[in-house]
Amino acid sequence: MSQTKLLWRLFALMIGTLLLLPVAATADDDDEDEKDPLPFSDLVVTEPAQRFSEETGCVAPESEMRRNHMKYILHQRDETMHEGIRTRQYSLEECINCHAVKDEQGEYVRVEDERHFCATCHTYASVKIDCFQCHSDVPVRASKLRKLQSGLAPHHPTEPFAGKLASETLQLLTNEDQAQ
Amino acid sequence: MKQVLKYREIEGKSTGFWILLGGLGALIALALGAVLYMEHEGHYVTGMSNQIVWGMPHVFAIFLIVTASGILNPASIGTVFGKTLYKPLGRLSALLAIAMLIGGLMVLVLDLGHPDRLIVAMTYYNFKSIFAWNIILYNGFLAVVAIYIWLMMERKMNKYYPAAGFIAFIWRLILTTGTGSIFGFLVARQAYDAALLAPMFVIMSFAYGLAVFILVLMAAYAWTKRPLGDAVLFRLKNLLGVFIASVLYFVAVYHLTNLYAAENSGVEHFILMDGGIYTKLFWIVQILLGSLLPLAMVYHPTIGKSRPAIATAAALVIIGGFAQLYVLLIGGQAYPLEMFPGYEVTSSFFDGQVNSYSPSIWEITLGVGGIATSLLMVTIAVRVLKFLPVSLEDAVVDPHAAKAD
Amino acid sequence: MSDTSKPMDPSRRQFISKTGAATGAAMIAPGVFLTTPAQAKPADQPVSNDKRWGILVDTNKCGNGCNACITACEEENGWGSANPSEDHSSPEQKAQWIRKVTIRDKATQHVTTLPLMCQHCENPPCVDVCPTGASFKREDGIVLVDKHICIGCRYCMMACPYKARSFVHEDLKDQKPWAPRGKGTVESCTMCVHRVDEDGTPACVEACNATAGGALRFGDLYDENSEISRELKQYGGKEIRADLNLNTGVRYRGI
Ligand code: SF4
Ligand code: SF4
Repeated sequence: MSQTKLLWRLFALMIGTLLLLPVAATADDDDEDEKDPLPFSDLVVTEPAQRFSEETGCVAPESEMRRNHMKYILHQRDETMHEGIRTRQYSLEECINCHAVKDEQGEYVRVEDERHFCATCHTYASVKIDCFQCHSDVPVRASKLRKLQSGLAPHHPTEPFAGKLASETLQLLTNEDQAQ
Repeated sequence: MKQVLKYREIEGKSTGFWILLGGLGALIALALGAVLYMEHEGHYVTGMSNQIVWGMPHVFAIFLIVTASGILNPASIGTVFGKTLYKPLGRLSALLAIAMLIGGLMVLVLDLGHPDRLIVAMTYYNFKSIFAWNIILYNGFLAVVAIYIWLMMERKMNKYYPAAGFIAFIWRLILTTGTGSIFGFLVARQAYDAALLAPMFVIMSFAYGLAVFILVLMAAYAWTKRPLGDAVLFRLKNLLGVFIASVLYFVAVYHLTNLYAAENSGVEHFILMDGGIYTKLFWIVQILLGSLLPLAMVYHPTIGKSRPAIATAAALVIIGGFAQLYVLLIGGQAYPLEMFPGYEVTSSFFDGQVNSYSPSIWEITLGVGGIATSLLMVTIAVRVLKFLPVSLEDAVVDPHAAKAD
Repeated sequence: MSDTSKPMDPSRRQFISKTGAATGAAMIAPGVFLTTPAQAKPADQPVSNDKRWGILVDTNKCGNGCNACITACEEENGWGSANPSEDHSSPEQKAQWIRKVTIRDKATQHVTTLPLMCQHCENPPCVDVCPTGASFKREDGIVLVDKHICIGCRYCMMACPYKARSFVHEDLKDQKPWAPRGKGTVESCTMCVHRVDEDGTPACVEACNATAGGALRFGDLYDENSEISRELKQYGGKEIRADLNLNTGVRYRGI
């Protein structure tokens, strides 16, 4: 084979692969959606500690969450990070607060444990979760929130405390702490 | 009689060839092992810290990237400036440029805190960042030089390659300026606060690139037992002399201007007088061994004609180059940031203190792996494609010498 | 992309009704009320450039040997002594979001101490050099690292004139939910952005005012009536390395 032909083929192969990659990736997605109304329905997933609402259960219908939870989290991530939007419906912190799983000793299981809500499906599907390199994989108990309570002071040390910081979370965790 | 210039793949059947391949492969494997270890454990296993932020991998990576641009010189001189003597060297020169750049980028990427986020690096661009521009420049360089090689090799397209050569020439000047500007933009650090860094990097790239080119050329021709005439070699070593002298000139101007700029005189004093290892590296390795000695060697009337001496001079330039980058990069960080002029500064975070750095074996292994990657690519490429002229005898390369015969 | 006209986030009510229904949650701890101050930014609104947050340090009130702000930051954000999982790194490698710097005037021998952290520059060099845009400045002037897209190249650390940034050199555990941090990314003082977004005060400022000399003042630099603006107007405040024209959000008095 001539030199240039060889070069050309290599080049064409590289370009071809690059072009086909996204096509292959999207093709995959589509099939799955049709087949299974509730992905991973054969896995035993631990029930959350509480429901977001009576109608939807989770913050969106369960079949939607199973497929697209990452889209919600990603969207929220950018809004919170860059614009300071801190609504709680789709916040990862609240996912953890509701879905945290406890072991026999009553301790929260960590993400390395297959019983961890996220780990159950992710281990099964062997999809690596990147979140918990940085984010906490368990709720932080109320006792550790001591600092936050005093953090509600406004900018003038002389004014009375007034704040609204994640108070729902605080409440949830306070109750829980007392229950223990 | 006039001999014709012919290119051919190297045979690649000798034991030496396989040993070379095996050795380079082993170095690369070691480097990948080191990377896995560093990435798994985290950077605490390296000598780098929050004080010395960039370390040995960056010295290697910048050396390779800068060299990649300079090593294109023989091709440019042949194509852009129409010097026939350099024309046969064009293919090898361009090949080396691609290989060294890939080796350097590999080291740079594998040292990232998140090499797994390469996709992020490719899809999120901050167009204000000189670093992001460099990523584009590097990729463009690879493409331009690849096309250039193809045009040189494909007989039908031969008439276009001077144009490609010209683009490649311009592109790589911008590229090295860009690499130099990575430092030039760090106004906060006294050692890098100089507009002179960008042109200095261009000249440095000429010297390092040519030194590497000479070594590779000599090795390739000696090991394949192909003839390499004095005409080519002496021309190259004379050019090397010119480049070494130019680098020396730039280094002198750089340090003199820094001495005069009052706010930078502290770091100058540090590098030139009492920087310990950095001062020694600067005077002994960079200036004496890496510049003055090879300069004397290549211009010496008798030594300058001996092949081992030429090879040694080229090797010294490379060692001097590493020393230069080490002093600039690590020395520049070792000297404390000046935040409070006129004050003595102390803190728990090592403010006001000269920072120490001892490179770990992992970092060095990674850097060496980058060099090995470049060389392996070259070795394989000259084995499968027609990069090397069958002969670089005087009669082949130099029409005047041929006529005289 | 941000849709500012979207309806009030229902989740807030939802979570309250689920968890605090019985108590009514008027007051969940002594001194902590669930009332929302009128001027606070609603959670679903993006921050705007009507404000620019800043901190004023009065070094005359900053006690030599006092570390209240450092400790408060460590506990709030889970670094240093408050995160024991960072135990392989050498002292040179450990993250420090804020540090106490002692400076001695060579001429007069006068000693001053001051806290040094990210200065939240208006023209931040770290943001200019970051190749991916992971370093960015919010509309309200707070400079942050988006660790989701930080590739760990450390160019920003090379560019910062104050050595305000740290690279995380190893795997971490037990981070605070409001202050995520992890291996291979760069971090720095966030001006307690999670508190500021909820109308709170950075932990260092609060600690200094509560227990120590009251050397720190936090507030909106654009609001002429804010305490910080009034003090700046009256007494002035210097930038460290003013020659670089970064227009820092953190200012110092008494140096
Ligand atoms: S102080 Fe440093 S990290 Fe902070 S905004 Fe300025 S340059 Fe960036
Ligand atoms: S380390 Fe991260 S934040 Fe800093 S410049 Fe690199 S990508 Fe940007």
